[in-house]
Amino acid sequence: MEIPYAVRARPDTGLYNAKLGIWLFLASEVMLFGALFSSYILLRVNADPGTWPLHLLNVRLGAINTLVLILSSVMVVFGWASLKMNDFRAYKRYQGVTLLCALVFLGIKSFEYRDKFNHYEVQLKNGTIYDGHIDRDNKDTNIFAFEAARMVTNHAELMLPPSTDTKLEPAQIPLVKIKDRADGKGKEIENYGPWHSSYLAIYFVLTGLHALHVIGGAIVIFAIWGPLAGVWKTDPERYINRVEVSGLFWHFVDLIWIFLFPVLYLL
Amino acid sequence: MQDTSHAPEAHHETLGFWRKYIFSTDHKVIGMQYGITALLFMLFGFCLMLLMRWQLGHSGQAVPVIGHLLLKLHGPDMISADKSGAVGVISADLYNSYGAMHGTIMVFLAIVPLAFGAFGNFVTPLQIGAPDMAFPRLNMASYQFYVVGGLIMLASFFIPGGAAKSGWTSYSPLATVSDLHRPNGQTFWIIGMVCLINSSLLGAVNFISTIVQLRAKGMSWMRLPFFVWAQFVTAFLLLLAFPPLEAAGVLQLADNLLGTSFFLPTGLMVSGTALHVSGGGSPLLWQHLFWFLAHPEVYVLILPAMGIVTEIIANNTRKPIWGYRSMVYSVLVIGFLSFIVWAHHMYLTGMGTKIATFFQTTTMMISIPSVIILTSLFISLWGASIRFTVPMLFALGFLPMFGIGGLTGLPLGFNVSDIYLHDTYYVIAHFHYIVAPGTIFALFAGIYYWYPKMTGRFMNEFWGKVHFGLSFMFMNAIFLPMFMQGMAGMSRRMYDGGLTYAAVPAAAGSPGIPGLSPFVLFLNKPILWAAVCLGLAQIPFIINFFWSIRHGRKAASDNPWEATTLEWQTPTPPPHGNFAKPMEVFRGPYEYSVPGQARDFTPQNEPDPAQLLTHGNPLRS
Amino acid sequence: MSEHITAPAADGARHSVEEAKRHMRTYAIVGVALMIGTGLTVWASYINFHSRETNILVALIIASTKGFLVAGFFMHLISEKKLIYLVLGFTVFFATGLMFLTLQSMQPGSIIHVQ
Repeated sequence: MEIPYAVRARPDTGLYNAKLGIWLFLASEVMLFGALFSSYILLRVNADPGTWPLHLLNVRLGAINTLVLILSSVMVVFGWASLKMNDFRAYKRYQGVTLLCALVFLGIKSFEYRDKFNHYEVQLKNGTIYDGHIDRDNKDTNIFAFEAARMVTNHAELMLPPSTDTKLEPAQIPLVKIKDRADGKGKEIENYGPWHSSYLAIYFVLTGLHALHVIGGAIVIFAIWGPLAGVWKTDPERYINRVEVSGLFWHFVDLIWIFLFPVLYLL
Repeated sequence: MQDTSHAPEAHHETLGFWRKYIFSTDHKVIGMQYGITALLFMLFGFCLMLLMRWQLGHSGQAVPVIGHLLLKLHGPDMISADKSGAVGVISADLYNSYGAMHGTIMVFLAIVPLAFGAFGNFVTPLQIGAPDMAFPRLNMASYQFYVVGGLIMLASFFIPGGAAKSGWTSYSPLATVSDLHRPNGQTFWIIGMVCLINSSLLGAVNFISTIVQLRAKGMSWMRLPFFVWAQFVTAFLLLLAFPPLEAAGVLQLADNLLGTSFFLPTGLMVSGTALHVSGGGSPLLWQHLFWFLAHPEVYVLILPAMGIVTEIIANNTRKPIWGYRSMVYSVLVIGFLSFIVWAHHMYLTGMGTKIATFFQTTTMMISIPSVIILTSLFISLWGASIRFTVPMLFALGFLPMFGIGGLTGLPLGFNVSDIYLHDTYYVIAHFHYIVAPGTIFALFAGIYYWYPKMTGRFMNEFWGKVHFGLSFMFMNAIFLPMFMQGMAGMSRRMYDGGLTYAAVPAAAGSPGIPGLSPFVLFLNKPILWAAVCLGLAQIPFIINFFWSIRHGRKAASDNPWEATTLEWQTPTPPPHGNFAKPMEVFRGPYEYSVPGQARDFTPQNEPDPAQLLTHGNPLRS
Repeated sequence: MSEHITAPAADGARHSVEEAKRHMRTYAIVGVALMIGTGLTVWASYINFHSRETNILVALIIASTKGFLVAGFFMHLISEKKLIYLVLGFTVFFATGLMFLTLQSMQPGSIIHVQ
C-alpha cells in the first residue's frame, strides 16, 4: 500500500506530504515560542524597577553562538543544493559541518549554563552583598570562597554591568564567612539558577527549550546523514525531501535564536 | 505516474500479532485503540464523578460499600471514618483531586481522544477516499504519547499527596503550593499534559496533511462530508491553540520543580510564612495561556460531534443536509473566532472595560455560526421521512441538548451577568449540557452508526433504544437542577455541597444569614441518584457493545444504512489500504432522494453515465 | 555510483546545475548579510539612545530583517505555495493576538495591579 504524494508533489497544492507536515508543525512551534516570548514581555513589563538586569549574560559568547548557527544554516542549505546537483559527497561535507556547528553551539551553551550555576550572590547581615564566581575546589564549609567578585550595598546595583568601583581585586575579596549570612526573609545565598529571578527563569526556559530543539534537530539531521544515507541510492527523491524537511526545521531553530539573542543578551 | 519508491511495509506481508494489533500503523486499528482506551478513561472519570456526588449529597458520610477499598487506595490522610465509625469519608483534599482529575480525564483522556482520535482516525481517510493517513507511523506515535500521558495521570493518584488537586484549570499559585513536597500530583499532571499535547499536535499535523493531500480524485473541498470539515477545523484548533498551554505547562513545571516564580507573585504567603521564591511572577499569565488553549478546546469537544450528527441526520432523513455551504463557512468562522474569545473565562480578573468589551463582542459573534449550524440541522429534519434508528435517536437527542447548552452560555458570555454566574453551578450545568447530553450523545450515535462497518453486525436495536431513553432522562435529571443551584448562588468546587453557605433562618434575637436554601442543598441528593441511574443505564450499552461483535444481527451488505459517503463503499471491515483501487468521486456527499435516480441514495463514487461519455472529471481542488 | 543517476527533481521541476549554482550564491550572500546583521545588532545595543524603547525597536527591526532573510531565502518561503502562506498567515495573526490581547489585559491601569 502506497501513500500518494509522499515523494512527488500533489498537482493542485504543489506540495509533497512531508513539506506540508513540517510547515504545519513549524506553525505550532511559532505558537509555542510566541507564547514564551509573550511571557517574557509580560514578566519584564511588570517587573519592579531595579529588578531586571542589563547585559548580565556574556554578549561575546552569545554573538559567537549566533554566528555558529547562521553558519550551520548556510551549510544546511548548501548541502540540500548539492544534493539537487547530484553531488552527494559535497552534501556529506556540508551537512557534517552543520553537525559540528550544532555541537559547538551546545558546548558554548553548556559552558554558559555552568558559569551561571557557579555565580553566587551572598548577602551578609550587615547588608553588604558579594556577587561573583566561587571557587568550587574550596573544601572549607565555613567560608564562601569567591574567585572574583564585586561588592555592592543594594540589590539594584547588581542589575547593571559591573563597574570598576564595585569590582574587587582578587586580593581584596574577603573570605565570606557562612555565619555572617543574612537570615530568613531575603536572599541570603543564591546562585544564578532559574530560581534566582524572573529574568534568569525565563532565560533558562527559553534557551533550554531552544537547546532541546537544537539537540532534536541535530539528531534527525545526523540520522539522515549517517545511518539512513542508504536511501539516497534506493530513492534519491525521497532522500532529498527528508533533507529538505529536516533543513526547514533547522532553519526555524536558527530563526528562533535570531530573536532570542538580542532579546535576552542585548536588551 | 512513475513509482520509483516503495512504502516501508511490503505489499503482501502478513504481520504478526504485535505489529497488527498493538504497534499498528493502520488508521483503523489506531482508531479503535483510541476508542477503547478513551471509553475506559470515560468510565473511570464517571466513577470519580460518582464519588464526588456522593460527598456532595452526603457530606461527611462514608462512601458505602467501597469505603475500605478507598482507604487502601488513598491512605488515611485522604480517607477517614465518619461519626458512626464507618470508614470511607472523602477528605477535602481528596475531593479536590477527584474534581481536578474528573475534568482533566474527561476532557483530555476521554472526549477528545474519542471524538478526534477514534472517530477522526477511523472515518476520515475512508470518507476522503484515501488508503490511510498521510503519516501512518506518526499516527502510531500519537496514540502512544496518549497512552503514556494517560498512565502518568492515573499513576498520580498513588503517589504521596495524591493526584493534582487544583482544578482541571490548575491555576497558579494554588497549583504550585497546594502540595509543598516534590514531585507531587501537579508535577505528574503537567508531565502527563505535555505528553497529551504532543499526541494531539502530531495528530493535528497528520489530519490536516491527510485531508489536504490525500483526497481522492474528484473529491473537491465542497464535496467533502461535513464530518471531514469538522475534523479539519478541529485539527487546526489543536495545532495552533495547544502550544501556548505546553509553554505554560513548562513554566509551571519550572515553578513546581525548579523553584522559579513565573506565576507566583512577590510576597506570597503560605500558611503564614513567606514562600522562599524570587517572586515577580503573574498568576494572570497562567490564566491567559491556559484559556488561550482551553477555549478552542471546547470547540474541539463539540465540532467532531456536530460532524457525526450531520452524517447521521443526512442518512436517516434520506435528504441532503439543508445549508451545507453555510455550515461549512460557519465551521470555518467558528474555528477562526475561537482563538480570540478566551478571556470571557476571565471577566472577574479586572481586565478593564475596554478589553472585556472586546472579548464580549467576539464571544457574542461566535454564537452566530454555532446557531447557523444547529438551525441547519433542525431545518434538515423538515419534510424528511425520518428513520428512527438508534443512531438517529441519539442524533436527534443531541440537537435540543446542545441547544440548551449553547443558549445557557449566553448569560455567561455577557460580562455583566457573568459577574454573578461565574464559578457557580450554572457554569457546570451549561458546559455539561454541551458535552454530556451533547457530545457524548453524538459519540454514542457514532458508535451505533459505524459499528456495522467495523464489525459487519448491528448492535441490538431494542437495548440501544433503552440506552438512549434512560440516558436522556437521567442526563437531564442530573444537570437541569444545577441551573437552579447556580442561579441561587451555589459555588463550584465546594466539597461540602454548599453546607458552609447554608441559609440560617431568622430566630429570636438574630436576623438570620442569607444563603443557600434547604431546597437548593437538598437537590444534591436527587442529582446523586440520577447519576447512579445514568451509570446503570450504561450497562446495557457495554454488554450490547461486546455481545454484538459475535451475536449481533448481521449487516446484509457493506452499506447497510444505504449511505452515500465513501466509507460505506468498502468491504467490511475495510482491508489494509481501504480501497481495492483508487477511488474517484463524481458527486456531493448527500445525494439522497435525488429526483430521477433509481434509488433514494447515490454513493459519491457512482459515476454519472453522462459524464462517462466526456473526458472525465479533472482533478479539482 | 550516484553520479550516474540523473539529477533528481523536486516539485516536478528540473533544476539545471547553473540554476543550483546561482542559488548557492544567493545563500552565501544571505549568510554574510546575516552575520553582518549580528554585528550590527550588538553594536546598536551599546548605543545610548536615551530611551530603552528605541534600543528595543532597533534590535527588533534588525532581528526581523534577519528573520525574513532566513525564512524567505533559506526556507524558500519567498517562492512557497499559497497554502503555506495561508497557514503561516493565520498563525502569525493568532500569535500576535495572544501577545497583544494578553498584554492589554494586564496593563497597570487595571484594578488589580500585577506584580
